[in-house]
Amino acid sequence: MMRIPCICCGPRDENEFVCGGTTHIQRPALDASDATWGRYLFFRDNPKGVHLERWRHAQGCGRWFNLARSTVTHEVLAVYAMTERPPTELPSP
Amino acid sequence: MRYSAWSLLRGALSGHRHWEPAWADVTRRSNYDVIIVGGGGHGLAAAYYLAKNHGVANVAVLERGWIGGGNTGRNTTIVRSNYLFPESARLYDFSLKLYESLSQELNFNIMLSQRALVMLAHSRHDLDSMSRWANAMRMNGIAAELVTAAEVGAMAPALDLSANARLPVLGGFVQRRAGTARHDAVAWGYARAASALGVHIIQNCEVRGFILESGKVAGVDTSQGPIRADRVGIAAAGHSSVLAKLAGFRLPVTSYALQAMVSEPIKPILDTVVLSPGTGAYVSQSDKGEIVMGAMLDLFPSYAQRGSFAVKQAIIAAVLALFPSFSRLQLLRQWAGIVDVVHDSSPIIGPTPVPGLYINCGWGTGGFKAIPAGGWTLAHVLATGKSHALAEPFQLQRFIDGRLIDEAAASGIAH
Repeated sequence: MMRIPCICCGPRDENEFVCGGTTHIQRPALDASDATWGRYLFFRDNPKGVHLERWRHAQGCGRWFNLARSTVTHEVLAVYAMTERPPTELPSP
Repeated sequence: MRYSAWSLLRGALSGHRHWEPAWADVTRRSNYDVIIVGGGGHGLAAAYYLAKNHGVANVAVLERGWIGGGNTGRNTTIVRSNYLFPESARLYDFSLKLYESLSQELNFNIMLSQRALVMLAHSRHDLDSMSRWANAMRMNGIAAELVTAAEVGAMAPALDLSANARLPVLGGFVQRRAGTARHDAVAWGYARAASALGVHIIQNCEVRGFILESGKVAGVDTSQGPIRADRVGIAAAGHSSVLAKLAGFRLPVTSYALQAMVSEPIKPILDTVVLSPGTGAYVSQSDKGEIVMGAMLDLFPSYAQRGSFAVKQAIIAAVLALFPSFSRLQLLRQWAGIVDVVHDSSPIIGPTPVPGLYINCGWGTGGFKAIPAGGWTLAHVLATGKSHALAEPFQLQRFIDGRLIDEAAASGIAH
């Protein structure tokens, strides 16, 4: 069981949360080509290692926030607000 | 050596000292016609069909761990072809047909048991969706029968059939040709048959990079040194994105942990496969007597081959709601495999942006049933450079063209 540090409520059990997938994806301009649009919608880095992702405290305060989390150890390396940029330096998992 | 009743009898008389290794321990060459990355079911099947169907036997299968040690050894062994769209129905039913003759084809008992799959309806809406599902299958030429609650009860009397059950059983549909097969035997059977045709199976050999020459694939860098080939196929399931990154492209794939578990072995109580789409739970009993169960993904990206406790609790709760008597069973083992989920829950079989590099991935939670077809179609594109007719709708390009084949409903597990 992961303990996810909600940006508002502090650490809670993972089953209070839903994961919203990769964060910081930039929406392309409306006149983007099919290839750009397809890549935006579907193609992901899916890293084995640190992943920057969105979570929502669905069974709690309802807040969306960002996590830097290792997809190998499941360790949470950083928590930051939706509109913030990711921290430039992360502890190694 | 051919396996037969005669070879068993001969062994009985000679102290069983005549058995040989099922596949050859080889000294690897520096050059092959084709390299397949991933020694699971799909990779081994592709190697076998390359040699058998296309006469391309100068093939190496590179496996990071041991063959069949990934998802091939971690699934719940269910085979079925109850999909909704014609493209998928063709592909998965071709796979099931190959499974039906695979023990004879490979001279290896894969213990296929066509014990039927029962999909349960727990509500009026489920009944409607089952009618639609069974009719879609029939339109695609695959036998399916709608069944009443009493008929479901006759097939699986251990289900909670009472009117006030948490998940009342109102009926469902049955695919009689579905069932289970011994998952390890599928990997071992293909490995043995491929090895007999000259394919090299190289274990403990991790691919760490691709050798590219003027933009084309020319081989792979491995933990055992470089190996060259101008055609390379990737069949690496949950690790597809890691390999794609090494080759310089991305995939529409997210990796999740899918867990499953077995109870202690008990006497026969369930001789069919039961699937409850409402909860995602699927349950069968192995030939050893263990109750095999699974239900849902850990819905966050993961490469850890375990599973989270929260999801395990939910799976067990779902299974016990269906089969209350199983609450007394002790859990024997629990594990997880890393599955490659794509947005339309359909596979990708074909070329990649790198010339000479082909991929078979995206099977998500349903790769085991598709092993023969996945291997057959990957072998076809590796040998001929052209996609097999069955694989044509399942190209990477569909995510750019928007021609998705959305089988989320038929995958049985919420993605």
